[in-house]
Amino acid sequence: MSYALVILALILGVVVWWLLKQTFNLEPWAATASTDAVRTEGVRSPSTMIPLPPVKLALGVFLAVVTSLFALFISAYSIRMEYGDWRPMPEPVLLWVNSGILVLSSVFLQAGWSAAKRGSIATVRFGVAGGGALAIAFVVGQLLAWYQLTSGGYLISGNPANAFFYLITGVHALHLIGGLVALAKTVRRVWQSDDTAAMSLGVELCAVYWHYLLAVWVIVFGLMLST
Amino acid sequence: MSDVTHDALDYVPPLEVEEEVLYHAKTWLGKYVFCQDAKVIAIQYSVTAIGIGLVALVLSLLMRLQLGFPHEFDIIDPTNYLQFVTMHGMIMVVYLLTALFLGGFGNYLIPLMVGARDMVFPYVNMISFWVYFVAVMVLVASFFVPGGSTGAGWTLYPPQAISPGTPGVDAGIILMLVSLALFIIGFTMGGLNYVVTVLQARTRGLSLMRLPLTIWGIFMATVLALLAFPALFVSAIMMILDRTLETSFFMPAMISLGDQTSYDGGSPVLFQHLFWFFGHPEVYIVALPAFGIVSDLLSVHARKAIFGYRMMVWAIVAIGALSFVVWAHHMYVSGMNPYFGFFFATTTLIIAVPTAIKVYNWVLTLWRGNIRLTVPMMFAIGFIFTFINGGLTGLFLGNVTIDLPLSDTYFVVAHFHMVMAVSPVLVVFGAIYHWYPKITGKMLDDVLGKIHFWMTFLGTYAIYFPMHYLGFEGIPRRYFAYGDTAFMSDSSQDLNAAITVAAFVVATAQLFFLWNLFISYFRGREAGGNPWEATTLEWQTAHTPPRHGNFDELPLVYRWAYDFSVPGVEQDYIPQNVSPAEVEQMQQRVEPSSEQTTDEKP
Amino acid sequence: MILAVALIVLTAGSVLFHLISPWYLTPLASNWSSIDATLGLTFWVTGTVFVLVNGFMAWAVIKYRYDKNRRAEYQPENTKLELWLTGVTSVGVAALLTPGLFVWAEFVTPPEDAHEVEVVSQQWHWSFRYPGEDGEFGAIESRYVSEENPFGMEREDPLGQDDVLVFSPTLHIPLDKPIKTNLRSKDVLHDFAVAQFRVKMDMVPGLVTYLWFTPTKTGEYEILCEELCGVGHHTMRGMVVVDTQEDFDAWLDAQPTYAEVLAKPVGDAALGQAQYAVCAACHGSQGEGNPVLHSPKLAGQGGWYLRRQIEYFKNGARGSHPDDEFGKQMAPMVATLVNDAAVENVIAYIQTLPDNPTEHTVTGDLENGADIYVTCGACHGWGGEGRYAVNASRLAGMSDWYLVTQLKNFRKGARGVHDNDKYGVQMAMMAAILRSDARIDDVVAYINTLSGGQAQANSNSAAPVTVTSTTTSASNEPQATVASRE
Repeated sequence: MSYALVILALILGVVVWWLLKQTFNLEPWAATASTDAVRTEGVRSPSTMIPLPPVKLALGVFLAVVTSLFALFISAYSIRMEYGDWRPMPEPVLLWVNSGILVLSSVFLQAGWSAAKRGSIATVRFGVAGGGALAIAFVVGQLLAWYQLTSGGYLISGNPANAFFYLITGVHALHLIGGLVALAKTVRRVWQSDDTAAMSLGVELCAVYWHYLLAVWVIVFGLMLST
Repeated sequence: MSDVTHDALDYVPPLEVEEEVLYHAKTWLGKYVFCQDAKVIAIQYSVTAIGIGLVALVLSLLMRLQLGFPHEFDIIDPTNYLQFVTMHGMIMVVYLLTALFLGGFGNYLIPLMVGARDMVFPYVNMISFWVYFVAVMVLVASFFVPGGSTGAGWTLYPPQAISPGTPGVDAGIILMLVSLALFIIGFTMGGLNYVVTVLQARTRGLSLMRLPLTIWGIFMATVLALLAFPALFVSAIMMILDRTLETSFFMPAMISLGDQTSYDGGSPVLFQHLFWFFGHPEVYIVALPAFGIVSDLLSVHARKAIFGYRMMVWAIVAIGALSFVVWAHHMYVSGMNPYFGFFFATTTLIIAVPTAIKVYNWVLTLWRGNIRLTVPMMFAIGFIFTFINGGLTGLFLGNVTIDLPLSDTYFVVAHFHMVMAVSPVLVVFGAIYHWYPKITGKMLDDVLGKIHFWMTFLGTYAIYFPMHYLGFEGIPRRYFAYGDTAFMSDSSQDLNAAITVAAFVVATAQLFFLWNLFISYFRGREAGGNPWEATTLEWQTAHTPPRHGNFDELPLVYRWAYDFSVPGVEQDYIPQNVSPAEVEQMQQRVEPSSEQTTDEKP
Repeated sequence: MILAVALIVLTAGSVLFHLISPWYLTPLASNWSSIDATLGLTFWVTGTVFVLVNGFMAWAVIKYRYDKNRRAEYQPENTKLELWLTGVTSVGVAALLTPGLFVWAEFVTPPEDAHEVEVVSQQWHWSFRYPGEDGEFGAIESRYVSEENPFGMEREDPLGQDDVLVFSPTLHIPLDKPIKTNLRSKDVLHDFAVAQFRVKMDMVPGLVTYLWFTPTKTGEYEILCEELCGVGHHTMRGMVVVDTQEDFDAWLDAQPTYAEVLAKPVGDAALGQAQYAVCAACHGSQGEGNPVLHSPKLAGQGGWYLRRQIEYFKNGARGSHPDDEFGKQMAPMVATLVNDAAVENVIAYIQTLPDNPTEHTVTGDLENGADIYVTCGACHGWGGEGRYAVNASRLAGMSDWYLVTQLKNFRKGARGVHDNDKYGVQMAMMAAILRSDARIDDVVAYINTLSGGQAQANSNSAAPVTVTSTTTSASNEPQATVASRE
């Protein structure tokens, strides 16, 4: 439970710190806003709002939830690892290949994002489509790795290391597939329009999500390698 | 008392701000079924939650029949008794209370109270309701599959939850776990909406510290839920795998009804850690919105600012944060490392402190107020009384040593019903009487309301207060029947019978409420826009019921939510969107004596 | 106003209820008076808060009820008051917690000289094990558990040979000696709880948990399972008997050790045939039973069950109740089985008799019977084949009229409640759900449709046979260690 607790403590710590900062020294019954100030303050007054577009904040919150999820899986994994009957799984080379593909996928999406900021529509299209294709390749590669392991006799019910491997990689892949759904919408928009400024946010969110899942994969894969 | 700064006297009309483009549906399905208006979604959540809650209420009556009058009813046998126990618990905690407070009250009140036209992601909000609805359907389906629904207790502990000998191991447990997973996915979609709307869609002038406590409570509860539900999700997925693919996440080497199994090495206690890591924040997910709402009910109906608003906010945040480090007080006798008991008893008793502060502040809000004993106020006071009782009994259970004789007895059942079922539900009722006029434009009938209040308040106290003493005797929970023991007195059976009668009285009382909801819609007194003379933004809408988009012009907020009985102003409330200039225009109050005093009346 | 009165009445009434309530902690029979004391302290503190805060609130509701000529005070906060209240509350909370933690420290640290006994739980009964003369428990493993070896003893372990095995849900312990119970479960979570001792602890399969106490009064104290463990949870009863040292020693001597259990004679069917002649007169030469003589079919029934019923008829657990019309006849019959060997022999012989189908005499509503049987099947098997591990006899293919009589006997207390009847209370509780004779007929008619058990082989065990499991598993950690994990 300790990993999950530490991660959660960090997330909650940030939340609590921010909330306290917003609320600490104010006596809300004292009317401090003059009429003019209220009228002229923008919708996103810096003192009261987080300066992010809502959808970006939403992604941040969602990533906090997903972090909580993976932290708990990893906690359970670490606890279980301690027991005597643990027998680590082999690491097929394919997993390394898949990792490389995922890294490339992030690179493509990052390129797409930078291109959107720069205004270079062709690179945007190349980036998102390429990133998507590589992500699909990753998922297929994971399924292949599963197939390799199960034909080698490493069934999910065989022993706990197997069970956790399939479980965690499965959950990771499912999140990636969810991301592909969102990416598909972005790809459609990117193909139908030339307005890189308008599409920039969408591409950025996809890229951030992709980098996040890559980071999760690195941690998960690293954990499995080290045990 | 702090000074109120004054501004220029010229009247400044509110300006238009950036408009959100709301989706206006054109088809009937789009307008009423797959509606993206948070107010409609709120009604959908509430109706579904209350509907399934009534099912759970009937299940509890069946359980009480067996407990009060054992072996009198052929339809209740040990198998279905345990199924009733389980489904009643899970429905009430998750599918009723969480869905109602967050999906129901959250969806309705958040946009209105923060001065927004709708939630920030209306489409996702709509989807979240339908995912919840499907989750409820899957749960209901578990009654009808072979083997029936699971009978493992709402806590679903393995190995028993997925081992023969417990009802529902064929299909019921799988449907339960799938339903929970769906609920969590749906809830996450809704939760993103609630959090981001509160953070990003507040109207101008509405700083966090000007938010009403209702919003603080719902907001913090949503943050907790987003971080805690993954623990339930993780344990549900792992248990599904243990059941269907014979993995051993939670299953140790064990015999099952005499036969060897292929499981090995899993840890049942790991499930408990994961479950309660969710389970304890869950009770605060239910309690925090109730705390927030009751603060507003007390304030409005006592015409007095909530006492200690800042401490109330910080207490909500502190309780939320601390709720993540107390979970193993549900596991004192679980066989976990005994030394954990020291840590968790300490954190549990620490969390009592901010909770107690809130109680003091509620009572101090009443003190020197001008209390209108309306039906919402009666329910709010009923909440305080029952929550004091329930909170104090928590101190017994939290103190690890005292938990030894009391764990798994009716003391625990009485405690958690008092703090989860009685107190928050009294707040739900109070809140409905309070906001029904805004939702429908009609007042609920007062006489029916008072009958409902008295029967419910007195009846639930009569059920759960004496029940603690059954726990002291040592009478265990989740028992179909008690047989003959030396230490369970014969008179305890009489007490059980009396409690059952009280339960039926309380259940009947709800019929008055349901009838009131129905009949007042058609025949209720016209409410007007602000019948309670409250300050928060939902009462300042141009139309009642509010239309899609909530406000004609988005309000500008100049003050906090609790300017009641402001000295120097005749009207005993100043809504949040009234500028200081407009206050200057309001009739000034001439005090009866030469100077404003805060002493008792002469 | 009425509301304030109600608040005052409820507050005072609650205090009064507490003072006059006949329902409170049962008298203490162990050393844990410190738990009771901490409880008492908590009552004082919380009771005071309850009265003060509610009283204050009622007073406020009266004094500050609505008056349109009056104004509420505008006081958003009072930092000094709030801090003071916080301080007082913290002190109060600390005052409750501190003694509690001291007592807990005592609870988690059993005394060095505590006796140890192992409590073994399973669905849905208790059994116990003492470490014997050498003071050490023998190793046990889940995978060794079988009908012949219900404790899962590791046969080769010399430490286990003198372990005293108690095949009954009654535990005897000596007065005034601290005792540490090592708690383990063979299947699902259970909880060992004795109200008079104030202690309980869950039993987790895969772990050994513990609790300790010193019994201070002789007597009999019910053990209840307090972790929901399935449909039989409420029937999982046992008894702790606190004896004087002499009585305890005598009782312990009378229990078999593992070595003695291993050495029990195997029944000889050939010798048993001669014994059986006495029984055949009523039960039939093929063990098929005789309804006219009220003698049930014996062939095909589990040997363990026959053995237990013979023991019960001998010690009066069955057949001695005035309402048990026909059971009385069995006492002199079993008296002819003069020793254990005779019992084993006759059982061995009965095991050789053919398991022929019986005539069905009971009819009823099969759908209703199936519904009722859902609960019964958990123990007796979904095919009615019986399960040794849960002390449930075979039902399918046996004499249906006999099932009806026995269910009625259980229901009316003519069977199952005798002190020597170890597991009968479970059936007495279960039979209570069959309120009417019609329901009994329904379920027995349904049982008649079940076919489990016809092919049942070796369901008896005269003596534990050689454990044939291989011992190649790498993780042979003995489970009799004291520390609990997690």
